[in-house]
Amino acid sequence: MSILLSDISKNFGSFAALHNINLEVPEGELVALLGPSGCGKTTLLRIIAGLEHTDKGSVIINGENKTSQNVSQRGIGFVFQHYALFRHMTVFENVAFGLRVKPRHSRPSNEVIKKKVHALLDLVQLDWLHDRYPDQLSGGQRQRIALARALAVEPSVLLLDEPFGALDASVRKDLRLWLRNLHHDLNVTSIFVTHDQEEAMEVASQVVVLNHGHIEQQGSPSEIYDNPTNAFVSRFIGQTNVFDLDEHDNEWLRNVGIINTNSTGRIAHVRPHDILIEKSESHQDATATLKDWQHLGALIRLELVKNDPHHSSKPLFAEMPKEQFKTLALRIGDVVKLKIRHAHWFH
Amino acid sequence: MSSHIQQIKNAKVVNKSSTTQDPVWVRCILITISIAFISLFICVPLGLVIFQAFSKGITAYFSALAQPDTLAAIKLTLTVALVTVPLNTLFGVAAAWTITRFDFPGKSLLTTLIDLPFSVSPVISGLIFVLLFGAQGWFGEWLMAHDIKIIFAAPGIILATIFITFPFVARQLIPLMQEMGHQEEEAALSLGASGWRTFFSVTLPNIKWALLYGVLLCNARAMGEFGAVSVVSGHIRGMTNTLPLHVEVSYNDYDVIGAFASASILAGLAIVTLILKTFLEWKQATR
Repeated sequence: MSILLSDISKNFGSFAALHNINLEVPEGELVALLGPSGCGKTTLLRIIAGLEHTDKGSVIINGENKTSQNVSQRGIGFVFQHYALFRHMTVFENVAFGLRVKPRHSRPSNEVIKKKVHALLDLVQLDWLHDRYPDQLSGGQRQRIALARALAVEPSVLLLDEPFGALDASVRKDLRLWLRNLHHDLNVTSIFVTHDQEEAMEVASQVVVLNHGHIEQQGSPSEIYDNPTNAFVSRFIGQTNVFDLDEHDNEWLRNVGIINTNSTGRIAHVRPHDILIEKSESHQDATATLKDWQHLGALIRLELVKNDPHHSSKPLFAEMPKEQFKTLALRIGDVVKLKIRHAHWFH
Repeated sequence: MSSHIQQIKNAKVVNKSSTTQDPVWVRCILITISIAFISLFICVPLGLVIFQAFSKGITAYFSALAQPDTLAAIKLTLTVALVTVPLNTLFGVAAAWTITRFDFPGKSLLTTLIDLPFSVSPVISGLIFVLLFGAQGWFGEWLMAHDIKIIFAAPGIILATIFITFPFVARQLIPLMQEMGHQEEEAALSLGASGWRTFFSVTLPNIKWALLYGVLLCNARAMGEFGAVSVVSGHIRGMTNTLPLHVEVSYNDYDVIGAFASASILAGLAIVTLILKTFLEWKQATR
């Protein structure tokens, strides 16, 4: 089901948490609300859920205005950051809860509930835990039970608040992939909140970048990465080197080729993999010095210092495949020539 | 207060290495002092109550209890508890819910006011009601005109007891509900449960042991309260004497058996309360 938010504003006292948010989520998408902490992303999710009221604007789910409905009427599924499983109920009863509280006329029989709950537990691959209590489960298991519980009521939209925030790194990686596959199978419109750009890029089909209570950019992960509309998005999504023209020697900038990358602004952002490196023969034509390097799996990250007499020694970061690094046979202290093949320009 | 006791109970001897432990003689002295103090000030008086009550034999004990005035006192005490405890359970849950779930101006003032009955002398608590409903009180004339008796009657005793025992349930629930947060309740609501259903299926099971604990303490105080009740009761025998008041009246009349027999009921109640309290604390810890 599609979600349409128009002109959503929300203040907490004098603090404006959200400011005129307009957002459209087409049916079946898996959307990430991405932003630094305090940007309003959780508030926005809670407003969609009906756990929070808006000061202004409307929430329309599948063409129906739900603004004045409270959470129990909206037919959404919500997965809480800390799972919020009912601690005095078994896993089975947790998942069955949404079915048991349905009004009498639409409540399924015990047989149907039993069947459905076991099917859901199978879906999250945890049926063998059905008689355990939440405090006997690991974080990843709790997360999946929370998801099964939310799915039991067949929600029109699924909302997840920092779904992987409280998990170990390795469990998180597995669950991301699993959630993506699950979404592919179920095809229920889903929105999740995260502050981790890698997570958003990996899981979501659409990413919405939020900052200071407004939307900076919305698009597919590759759109956001390749064409950030402003400096905030560029800096927030992936690593980037920042060149402020006012602070740099034009000579140096011309040497590395930044000026030629269709300069349309004053500040250039360059991704680490857009910096090409050649070994320099002499100190005269060198533009940087290798200060340090680190392994990033298949890539090597190089920490470089600009050979720019007029500028501070703020390091640059470049990345290259391991093989190339071996071929270049670079060592710490070597001087290199830089070539910048692509930059994003901002004002 | 009771949460402090629980903390003391839960405190463990962290470091048992011999280098940091006090010397044997220090330990012996401290243990002896503790045991001697508890024996002298708690066990001996309690034993004495039982001993005195049965000093003239079991028959005398039961005939003292079977006196109409004693029976009336027991009945009144039970009535007061039966009205007070459910009401204060309700008020306590409502207050704890209000304080932990809503934000409103004056919230911290309300939280402080809940403790007022603990900090004010019970005699003052009784006097408040005399000043309000007594013959010379604010509502005295009106009550007299409508022939409603509050002071020197059961309603006054109940009102004073409600005032005195109000904090017990709320004080037990507020810290627990604050610690729990309300995500589970939000989860229940998001699954389509109504507010009542959420309370009974999610909130109540989580707070039930703390609630029972508060109810227990509330009940013990409601049955044992002396000061405030003494002011509003008027000490009319067989009419407005609760058990604690009856003990005093009997004792002043040199009816030693009667006084101690009644006292033994209160002491027995205290012991039952302690046993239940220990059980509930254990239940809460293994929740």
